[in-house]
Amino acid sequence: MTASREAILNKLRKQSIPETELPDLQQPELTQQWITYPDPRQQFSDLLASIKGLCLQVKNVEEVNQRLAELPVYQKSNNICSLIPDCGQPTVNVDDVTDPHDFKDIDFAILPGEFCVAENGATWITNDGGPLRTLYFLSQHVALLVPASEVVPHMHAAYEKLHFENRSFGTFMAGPSKTADIEQSLVIGAHGARSLTVFLVEEPF
Amino acid sequence: MPSHPKLANEFVKDKERAKWHDQSLWFVRSKRDKAVHQLPEWELLREQASKIKSYVVSHLPDLLEEFEKNAKAKGVHVHWARDAKEHNEIVHSILKQHQVKRVVKSKSMLTEECHLNPYLERHGIEIVDTDLGEWIVQLQDKPPSHIVMPAIHIKKEEIGELFHEKLGTEKGASDPQYLTESARQRLRQKFIEADAGITGVNFAIADTGGFVVCTNEGNADLGTSLNKLHIACMGIEKLIPRASDLSVFLRLLARSATGQPITTYSSHFHGPAPDSELHIVLLDNGRSEIADSDEFRRSLNCIRCGACMNTCPVYRRSGGYSYSNTVPGPIGSILGAAHDTKANSSLPFACSLCASCTDVCPVKIDLHHQLLTWRKEIRLKGLLPLSKRLSMKMMSWMMQAPRLYQFVGKMARKIVPYLPRFLVYNPFNAWGKQRELPDMPKQSFREWMKQNHDRK
Ligand code: SF4
Repeated sequence: MTASREAILNKLRKQSIPETELPDLQQPELTQQWITYPDPRQQFSDLLASIKGLCLQVKNVEEVNQRLAELPVYQKSNNICSLIPDCGQPTVNVDDVTDPHDFKDIDFAILPGEFCVAENGATWITNDGGPLRTLYFLSQHVALLVPASEVVPHMHAAYEKLHFENRSFGTFMAGPSKTADIEQSLVIGAHGARSLTVFLVEEPF
Repeated sequence: MPSHPKLANEFVKDKERAKWHDQSLWFVRSKRDKAVHQLPEWELLREQASKIKSYVVSHLPDLLEEFEKNAKAKGVHVHWARDAKEHNEIVHSILKQHQVKRVVKSKSMLTEECHLNPYLERHGIEIVDTDLGEWIVQLQDKPPSHIVMPAIHIKKEEIGELFHEKLGTEKGASDPQYLTESARQRLRQKFIEADAGITGVNFAIADTGGFVVCTNEGNADLGTSLNKLHIACMGIEKLIPRASDLSVFLRLLARSATGQPITTYSSHFHGPAPDSELHIVLLDNGRSEIADSDEFRRSLNCIRCGACMNTCPVYRRSGGYSYSNTVPGPIGSILGAAHDTKANSSLPFACSLCASCTDVCPVKIDLHHQLLTWRKEIRLKGLLPLSKRLSMKMMSWMMQAPRLYQFVGKMARKIVPYLPRFLVYNPFNAWGKQRELPDMPKQSFREWMKQNHDRK
């Protein structure tokens, strides 16, 4: 296999391709033109709604609990797990799960998110890729708790926050899983979560 | 290989379907426009994307080595494949080593290009495409007809029939909600049972050694988080230099593809999960040759958003299969011609040179110019079909003789309106196929000029 590596690299090295410059994405001429929003939280909330998610701006975990109890999908859930202390009424303890397959019957998962992006309704989540990572995708319904102060206007600001040294996995989640592969009709709940609720929480949790 | 006009002919025979196909894609194109208009900096973003990608192609060997070094440092196994055959052998050998019987795959045009599925099936491995559209065409034993919407050409009634036959759904059911739910149930089972997950790669990042996979369904994430082996397959042009470049590309990709502000899941993989293995296969398969060509180098900028095919009047009316190339439409015609000029010599002619593709391309590939260049190249290589060669010769002969041209025009205007249909719409008139010729004008432009302007 190393022979192919050398072959490909040698072939590419032999070529004389005119050199071009890599643009500096931090230069003010660019950054001044990126879109901003008067109220990024509201923008995030509206955007998430437009891609079929739900954003709720709340004061604290207590209020999260109240709002959860009002959610019909939460009321109907039997197997609930939570990675946020004192949040929700978990029925499944995730601490000692080592095989992600054990999560296959989770109806509702309450999970942490790191920050939100106003321009596209995405929430960044990250972890070390252990079994808990599966919860974000395998659970039927997902709620994310994000500090309300952590809403950035656009993706450039998002990548300023991101580093990839420690965590092996991270994703931008934007709304519930969806598909339009059958005659362009939008269907929510393809493989991943059937619903996504993002709580922007004012007080620390 | 059958030529594009021949295959397109099959598709347009069914007038209703051709019209419906055209409208479905135009609907997606309109959604793209709406999304784009919400970002005043759109053109600026396109410019940065184009510059970044051009930089990548001019620094490919260095960036590849940088990526390899950083990926390895994170515990990723990096493999190199010169061609499709070697790619498939590498994937198979990894699977064999882990005694894998069942694989779930998330959408990847690269594995389509390599015909990975039939290869693995021949070796006794079950491989399931988990993207709904891709799974539908897999159940039909067909390739995707579009790079973003693989089943865009199939009607819901046909999918209902297919699912009834293969999955035992209710006969006659064609509700997308119901059909998607049935697929969800069945594919969940496949995710749970699988021993390994294969994904494509949307972007690989040289300075971090990681890569990004974008899906709307979450299938890449389910397919890779439930088991201990993840193999990612990527073309060497998918590299970007820095993680921060993703800010540009992720703003452009989904908006261009489907009009969404971003795909539902944009997952970043940096190293294997605990107790798991992560492999990445870097494939050349002709890409280095394209990099070496001044004319066509820029086609490697492509981020596979599909916008050029959604907007292409020829693609919309002739369907993806008429290109008989893994990637159809404008960009597919360029890549196809580069890969095998002879077999794909009709593709660059499947273009009206309207330039709509160039207008929408998020990485500013000059698609219609490249298609025109391909036409010249194909003529120089003597690969033009006889009918085109003859008619072009006659045209050039006539254009060089103004009197003859005037005479022929005059005769045509006098005679054609009175000709019986079978004389006008016959096999020699490719223009008259599936469409009416415009009415003949009463006078030529030259006559009109004379009447209206010379008198002054
Ligand atoms: S050529 Fe441009 S428009 Fe076409 S698929 Fe590639 S990136 Fe998209």
